[in-house]
Amino acid sequence: MSPALRAILQQLVSTPPHPAALGFRLAQIDDDGVTLAVPWRADLVGDAETGVLAGGVVSSLLDHACGMAVWTALDAFQPIATLDMRIDYLRVAEPRRDVLARAATFRMTRSVAFVRGIAHDGDPGDPVAAVQAAFMLNSDGGRRPGANLKGPAA
Amino acid sequence: MSVDAFKQDLAASAYAGFLGVEPVEGSTDRTVMRFSDRLIGNPLLPALHGGSVAGFMEVTAASALAASSQRPHRPKPVDVSVAYLRSARPVDTFARAVVRKAGRRIAYVHVLAWQEDETAPIAEMTAHFLLAED
Repeated sequence: MSPALRAILQQLVSTPPHPAALGFRLAQIDDDGVTLAVPWRADLVGDAETGVLAGGVVSSLLDHACGMAVWTALDAFQPIATLDMRIDYLRVAEPRRDVLARAATFRMTRSVAFVRGIAHDGDPGDPVAAVQAAFMLNSDGGRRPGANLKGPAA
Repeated sequence: MSVDAFKQDLAASAYAGFLGVEPVEGSTDRTVMRFSDRLIGNPLLPALHGGSVAGFMEVTAASALAASSQRPHRPKPVDVSVAYLRSARPVDTFARAVVRKAGRRIAYVHVLAWQEDETAPIAEMTAHFLLAED
């Protein structure tokens, strides 16, 4: 992977407001895929009774890890859009535990990238969730920065 | 169906508060996610993060399910499947959940999310929830 892409991917974890607000961090990146982490935080809990991170936080982490796995496989940054994402919640995460998400692209076509991944809370062999997602490549459709500020798209 | 149970369930989720999700007044199945900067995934367009939208729909599904029948424990998500239909603009987002089937142990819920126009949804979700362990 080029150092330039590595630097971009690092920025794409810490700079966009949503991953930044959730506290995402890049744990590992190599030619095989990407691992992101989200630290446990009280305001991200879904059920106060259990103290476990909300499913939606894990969904966000998996979505972000999958997108980054597409850029890793392309070895380039380009506009992509999630078409479809399916998540299986395999078991309840441990309370107050950070969650990690590992994702890799397993098939790339001209228009679509297919990605798989898991989320775990310490042991990748005992995942808390599994994901499969499909991404549209070159998805900007000619839209320029600021396009979404103008009005609803058709 | 209980408007109060719907409200209480949403209020009990710190994560729903983080996203800015509120019940639509008098509703047992409709929510709004107030726009805030922390929902943005793509700052250039700008567009909401896919995870913001997925989390919003999941919270809406779980609370609608909790409101549709009182149970001692929160329903646990088993799986969720999201189709993204349009780029989500930096404005308020609405959702409506429909419990398509609630059995003894498993429920199946459909959620639609939209912004200006309910007939032009930005995303759809289907999800299974575990209601009770045997």
